Amino acid sequence: MTERVGVYVCHCGSNIAGVVDVVDVANWAAEKLGRRGVIIARDYKFMCSSLGQELIEKDIKELGLTRIVVAACSPHLHEKTFRIAAKNAGLNPYLVELASIREQVSWVHTDKAVATAKAKAVVSGAVSRVIENQALEEIKVPINPNTLIVGGGIAGIQAALEIANAGFHVYLVEREPSIGGHMSQFDKTFPTLDCSACILTPRMVEAGTHPNITLLTWSEVTKVTGYVGNFNVTIKKKARFVNEELCTGCGICQEKCPKKVIDEVYEAGLGYRKAVYTPFAQAVPNFPVMDKENCTYFIKGTCKACEKFCPTGAIDFKQEDQLINLDVGNVILATGYDLFDARRVRNDGYGRLPNVFTSLEFERLSNAAGPTNGNIVLRDGKSTPKSVGIIHCVGSRDRNFNNYCSVICCMQGLKFAHLVHERTGATVYNFYIDMRTAYKAYDEFYQRVLEEGTLFVRGKVAEVTDAARNEREKGKLIIQVEDTLASKQRRIPVDMVILSSGLQPRRDSKDVGKLFGISCSTDGWFTEKHPKLDPVATMTEGIFIAGCAQGPKDIPSSVAQGAAASARVLDKILQKEVALEPVRASVDKATCSGCRICNGLCPFNAISFIEDDQVTEINPALCQGCGTCVAACPAGAISGTGFSNEQIIAQIDGLLMKNLEMV
Amino acid sequence: MKPKFAMYWAASCGGCEIAVLNTHEKILDVDANFDVVFWPVAMDAKYKDVEAMEDGSILLTLFNGSIRNDENEHIAKLLRQKSKILVAFGSCACEGCIPGLANLSPVGDIVHTAFNTLTTDNPHQIYPRTSFDVPEGELHIPKLEKVLRPLDHVVDVDYYMPGCPPESHQIAAVIDLVIKVVKGEAELPPKGATIGVGNSTVCDECPRARNVKTIREFKRIQDIAPVDPNLCLLEQGIPCNGPATCSGCNARCPNAGAQCIGCYGPAQGVMDYGARLITAFSSVIDATEPQEIERILDGIPDPIGQVYRFNLAGSLLKANRNAFKS
Repeated sequence: MTERVGVYVCHCGSNIAGVVDVVDVANWAAEKLGRRGVIIARDYKFMCSSLGQELIEKDIKELGLTRIVVAACSPHLHEKTFRIAAKNAGLNPYLVELASIREQVSWVHTDKAVATAKAKAVVSGAVSRVIENQALEEIKVPINPNTLIVGGGIAGIQAALEIANAGFHVYLVEREPSIGGHMSQFDKTFPTLDCSACILTPRMVEAGTHPNITLLTWSEVTKVTGYVGNFNVTIKKKARFVNEELCTGCGICQEKCPKKVIDEVYEAGLGYRKAVYTPFAQAVPNFPVMDKENCTYFIKGTCKACEKFCPTGAIDFKQEDQLINLDVGNVILATGYDLFDARRVRNDGYGRLPNVFTSLEFERLSNAAGPTNGNIVLRDGKSTPKSVGIIHCVGSRDRNFNNYCSVICCMQGLKFAHLVHERTGATVYNFYIDMRTAYKAYDEFYQRVLEEGTLFVRGKVAEVTDAARNEREKGKLIIQVEDTLASKQRRIPVDMVILSSGLQPRRDSKDVGKLFGISCSTDGWFTEKHPKLDPVATMTEGIFIAGCAQGPKDIPSSVAQGAAASARVLDKILQKEVALEPVRASVDKATCSGCRICNGLCPFNAISFIEDDQVTEINPALCQGCGTCVAACPAGAISGTGFSNEQIIAQIDGLLMKNLEMV
Repeated sequence: MKPKFAMYWAASCGGCEIAVLNTHEKILDVDANFDVVFWPVAMDAKYKDVEAMEDGSILLTLFNGSIRNDENEHIAKLLRQKSKILVAFGSCACEGCIPGLANLSPVGDIVHTAFNTLTTDNPHQIYPRTSFDVPEGELHIPKLEKVLRPLDHVVDVDYYMPGCPPESHQIAAVIDLVIKVVKGEAELPPKGATIGVGNSTVCDECPRARNVKTIREFKRIQDIAPVDPNLCLLEQGIPCNGPATCSGCNARCPNAGAQCIGCYGPAQGVMDYGARLITAFSSVIDATEPQEIERILDGIPDPIGQVYRFNLAGSLLKANRNAFKS
């Protein structure tokens, strides 16, 4: 049967039409591709508009079209739109093909003649391919209603509570001993100056006690298989050396433990913890963990003070790492950020000059539950600074480190200025490149800090030094800066410097991305499906992202994303089943020789070998249509629906304008 | 009147002819059932005799060898015109075979190598010419074309019978089939079919045990001692082409302890044999570091000879760019 093909060329406003002569492409297709079955070719301003879609639907019904080619944007954007349009008109949606003449043509070319010629080739390829397309039916699979959330910071907690409150089960996995994330380390939150712990800990407790939430702290995901609705994850629950069934969280073990260790994580190196510890008083869960590296018993073989004093016998030195296997339907990654290591900016002197502090150190200093009970003091632990310099954009907006803006540092710097002013009465200088306070009530906070008398110097700090040039500078830290408003170099002596460090992707974000099959930007932030319209979904169905793992953001935005991701998950759960693209690989048993080359390749474990028949088989429920085995099969016995040899070769022939009268 | 039979050799080694003779007494069936009108290796005949025949008067022509020069092309077109059924017989006609590897070089380089290397005594630098004047008149020899082509790049082919050479038992089976067709006892396969082969790959006929493969090192078979006689050769690190090669030879080489080199050509459904094979080999390499992958692949000293030994001319690439340009 000869197929009846309709070609629709989209202007996309001026996005395509500005560079490609779309009318020429349509006329050319009607004239030159007629022998291949094109019976109608039209151009239209916006094919994706309802009028554009109606055009296609009408032609399918009135002209009896059996194949559709839409020359427009990338299939990522509107393939679904036009498939639905075809379906509405009674045509199998998989008989529609998108020719990307925007992303692959108009956006990457400036020469109109060349772009138009290339657009014709791309359309020609799509026409040849669509003729080889086959009608396919979607595959429906049930969705497991359980959800895995990775990361127990505020974004992960918010997402977990939303889903749990809706009545579905959540596994909340956290790498550290307690949930709470970075927010649990802060003292105050901008711009309202709420106590961070006061607003966070109720949420933590709620997550810890919720019947629909299983907390897995001190745990990490090690393996993920499966696909949307049916993921299987392996979680390594690290040995706590404390039996959670027996532990009451009374804290006697921590009190009796003789070994003090500098707390580099929670207290940012400013305080001590014991070898058996909970990171902070309100930790959830409040079972301690034993730090094997520092525990006297593990080092020397004696001590066991904790075991002796534990009233419930919960200490278990023989505990081992445990692997837990879970089935979940959806995953939210809320793995947060790492603080930029201020040591890398050598000119700012952190690590070399004692009274240069990082933002996290200052958070701990100013925190009433911190190592100084909230007293803002110098490194000696007693002197109160009389003047303080706060440096913005440390490691951000700097081509030596990170090009991006870390979003929160301006407001963080203003908050620090306010706290220093309030608690010490010191003179405060803020050194900034641009002041970015664009959010609800943020600029008002800036005005407030201005009115409090904080001094602002616009300019990027060149150096922090203790090399005094005169009496006034002696014993001080001198901040060398170009004041770009006053157009002059300034040297400002202060007692204390606080670096408002930027945010960075987690050290292992690329590995985590790989584990869950999602991609990262070049910086290392997880890539969302669409930067504007789909910020919490990823290109992998069933894997969602929230919070700073997606990019730097403040607490309200992290909470909003946590909630947004949970709404997307609930949407999937409530649909009960998911329609999977019917793009699947299958083995022709007659031509399979059982060479077993493909056997170890499937990332979804869909391939098995049948010993009796000496042939390989693919489980269509597990297959994701990635095509790895199709490419690897040396016998050509595996084929992938939607990407058959015939389709691919036809498309190449079409692109190369084979058998055309004119190029 | 018996139906007419012809067989011709173009650019080939003559092995295909030997394979036909190797069918022993089956060759008598050919004589009993066919009138052999043209078969240069077996009987005397002139091109002008063929030219004088009526179009379509030969029922079956087995054409072996590929198209290297204008004489090959002329006879291919002539026999196409005169034959009802034209079979590309043997690897050269099907896909270019060993002579096709010459497509890696411009034709000038090939001639230069043949006439001007250390092993050639050519003190007067005499090179072949397509025409030469002698007292009796002008002599012509065929002109080499810039690339070698399989038969179906020049004329329409009805059936393909691969193998270097085709196995005698497969030839016998095909002869039997054609005789049955002539007697009206059987039907011809669909046009364009590959005949005298199995429907899977060499692995299907290979008795060696196979497991999930992971390769940390490729080695030449002579560098492995001892070779496990019962285990898949590829699993032992020997680049065996069996997984991509059409079955039909009863896995002769692996049965004899040597790796398959792919003379039976691509399995059905495989478009480009070499590309398939290289993806298959790469898929089972057990390494993730680029340098380690390079090291393992370096274990295949001549990749083109390994994966395109029999089908470079018939592959998607066909020839080296410089050969095309020459």
